[in-house]
Amino acid sequence: MGRIQLKQVKKSFGDVTVIPPLDLTIEDGEFTVFVGPSGCGKSTLLRLIAGLEDTTDGVIEIDGKDATMLPPAKRSLAMVFQSYALYPHMSVRKNIAFPMKMAGMDKAEQDKRIASAAKALNLTDYLDRRPGQLSGGQRQRVAIGRAIVREPAAFLFDEPLSNLDAALRVGMRMEISELHKKLDTTMIYVTHDQVEAMTMADKIVVLHAGVIEQVGSPLELYRNPRNKFVAGFIGSPRMNFIEGPEAAKHDAQTIGIRPEHIEVSTTEGLWQGRVGVAEHLGSDTFIHVHGVPGCDPMTVRVGGEIPVHHGDTVFLNPNLDHLHRFDAKGLRIQ
Amino acid sequence: MATQHSRSAARLMMAPAVFLLLVWMLVPLSMTLWFSFRKYLPLRGGDLGWAGFDNYVRFVTSSSFWPSVMTTLMIVGGVLVVTVVLGVLLAILLDQPMWGQGVVRILVIAPFFVMPTVSALVWKNMFMDPVNGLFAHLWKFFGAEPIAWLSEASMQSLIMIVSWQWLPFATLILLTAIQSLDSEQLEAAEMDGAPPLARFFHIILPHLSRAITVVILIQTIFLLSIFAEIFVTTQGSFGTKTLTYLIFQRVLESQNVGLGSAGGVYAIILANIVALFLMRIVGKNLDA
Amino acid sequence: MARAVKTQRKAINTALAWAVGLLIFFPILWTILTSFKTEAQAISDPPVFLFFDWTLENYAVVQERSNYMRFLWNSVIIAGGSTILGTIIAIPAAWSMAFVPSKRTKDILLWMLSTKMLPAVGVLYPIYLLFIKLGWLDSRVGLIIVLMLINLPIIVWMLYTYFREIPGEILEAARMDGASLREEILYVLTPMAVPGIASTILLNIILAWNEPFWTLNLTAAKAAPLTAFIASYSSPEGLFYAKLSAASVMAIAPILIMGWFSQKQLVRGLTFGAVK
Repeated sequence: MGRIQLKQVKKSFGDVTVIPPLDLTIEDGEFTVFVGPSGCGKSTLLRLIAGLEDTTDGVIEIDGKDATMLPPAKRSLAMVFQSYALYPHMSVRKNIAFPMKMAGMDKAEQDKRIASAAKALNLTDYLDRRPGQLSGGQRQRVAIGRAIVREPAAFLFDEPLSNLDAALRVGMRMEISELHKKLDTTMIYVTHDQVEAMTMADKIVVLHAGVIEQVGSPLELYRNPRNKFVAGFIGSPRMNFIEGPEAAKHDAQTIGIRPEHIEVSTTEGLWQGRVGVAEHLGSDTFIHVHGVPGCDPMTVRVGGEIPVHHGDTVFLNPNLDHLHRFDAKGLRIQ
Repeated sequence: MATQHSRSAARLMMAPAVFLLLVWMLVPLSMTLWFSFRKYLPLRGGDLGWAGFDNYVRFVTSSSFWPSVMTTLMIVGGVLVVTVVLGVLLAILLDQPMWGQGVVRILVIAPFFVMPTVSALVWKNMFMDPVNGLFAHLWKFFGAEPIAWLSEASMQSLIMIVSWQWLPFATLILLTAIQSLDSEQLEAAEMDGAPPLARFFHIILPHLSRAITVVILIQTIFLLSIFAEIFVTTQGSFGTKTLTYLIFQRVLESQNVGLGSAGGVYAIILANIVALFLMRIVGKNLDA
Repeated sequence: MARAVKTQRKAINTALAWAVGLLIFFPILWTILTSFKTEAQAISDPPVFLFFDWTLENYAVVQERSNYMRFLWNSVIIAGGSTILGTIIAIPAAWSMAFVPSKRTKDILLWMLSTKMLPAVGVLYPIYLLFIKLGWLDSRVGLIIVLMLINLPIIVWMLYTYFREIPGEILEAARMDGASLREEILYVLTPMAVPGIASTILLNIILAWNEPFWTLNLTAAKAAPLTAFIASYSSPEGLFYAKLSAASVMAIAPILIMGWFSQKQLVRGLTFGAVK
């Protein structure tokens, strides 16, 4: 069981409030991702849940019980840190055994759990090595192993993939997702990478300056962003925002259109512009178009390969079904 | 960064060290301050009552006060000049590529680990003795008259002994500082056409300036209170009575505690002035 | 061509550095050589360098006459005891400063260091008086405590700088894993900090071993360590060069060896981190 509820939780450092009072419920078994730009308070929020920081105000409940004042060890949560935080002087086996040793679990049970965790994480051959002798991905697995043997109520991940190279990151992403499906335990995952958020989450919490901008499933956020910030943060490449007379035509301060919702034509269209940079990825082509009024440059995503180059004149046709309208405060107009 | 729980634990764990040092600082210090205002002669009647600022006045007006200040300044200044100048040169030399660098380093550093009483005695007897000392042999070899170092050139001798002890310290710190100099900076200067001497004055020396300051401050604090070197060589005679040694004599030899304590207060004030500068540098580094 | 110039320069550097190094080391070398001479050879004119009748007689005589072992034992107890005691007190303090810093941490640290700069002579009489009152004069306990106190700031400081290099996340991981504060320090921090703790101990043994002010002024016969043992050679035994040398070598040899191992830590420990 791992239902976590934050009620009016607030955090200040001295006079600086990093998280104004905030409510959030994370259901049992849910994979929740906290996402936002750096400094948005997402790591602080995670550390509050972990008990590594004191809340200034408010209540944190785990499985219906008030855990606000409990020390980290008593919350039955496990955490995977950004730097993995493995104990460098202990072998992999001892690292994984450490939480069980602290809990005073009997030796036979410890060995059983180590063996099964090692098998699940492909670490069986490395149990007697030191963390220093492992690759980044292996260290990551040890950190996860150390977390799962405790059978915690919930897992907390603090940007666990940011120290891995791009290829490994994709692999580990899948592994963590699979682990979640297998264990069916609550997971809270902090990242600044919206791709990780979109691919892994059941529920995304978008944070900005300590405030929750929106909570929802990945596709909900993609389709119905509540405001300009979420619209710009979720989705890659970023949504194009158009201001001025073009937006006024739609009774909005700003209109937004995602790059994948614009068609390119060489002959006719709503907007006309000149190609700046065209990025040919093979599977897709990203075209940065200059000269569209109210939006410079406008990014367009075209599936496959199209023969446009720097300096070419192109015409753009937005798919108006996917147009987002925002008012002066940046809120979405329904 | 932390929770209430760990903060109170932290306070508890810091308490013994803080408490001990607080006692160690406050108790003797307030006693010294108290004695300095008393006429206190343990062997001649004990505590003879309030003395006001008498001890302070008498300490600075006694005939040995100004000479002792001069002696102290000369020894501290002399050692500083010798160790910093030679230290910079030596650090640059040791930074050059060479064979057996590690061994040379060890040879240069060794004197720092020699007990002060040992080095003072070895220098006094085996090198500076006017009859059998190695220097006497050397002088005779060149046909010169051997010098009774510690009586005729007492100050120079003392500066030499103490400099020998502290040169390794200066060298080691300056070497560490030089090694932290980005070699690309020197290469850039070389590409810009700066000759070696210009590179020394415009790049190496400015880079070393902070390390030199630190060396000067730390050595000053330690040199202000050198004791054993004088204790086993001249016992303060031949114009080598430093402020520290004068206070030591007042307190333990002539057992005039009041007077010695007033001197002690002067010494503490003097050391604190130097320490203030050092602490500011250390404090700045803590933030970085 | 460039290569030849480089090798030549390296050769000149080497020769120069070795010459300077040997010159600086010479007094120690000379003391070691003299300790193996007979008294007559020690003062022979002209001096002999290597070609003399090597003898161990001086070491035997010094040991026999002045009971060297007792002084050595005092030095070991005093230097070792004060260092270990200081380390036990300093580890928790350094942990607090490194991992739970508050606004006052820096001030406390600087204040601690500033106590190290108190001139000993300024508090000589009070300490002397307190020692008489407490019956600590000429006792090893008294010296252990005084030397512990004068070196405590350096021990705290060095441990603090070493602890700061340990990532806080690892200690937090231990906390998440259910370790109590005691277990966190015992199982995670201390093993990781072993190299730092070891070099701190090493440097402080050296400082305590060589401390010349309190050891000379607070001891007489019973608790006198090697510093006082050597000072007793100032006259008239000091004129027996060979024996003086043997005694000197016996007093500095152990610490010289330790010192060579700790030369890197020396900079960190004695500059309070002002030079890195």
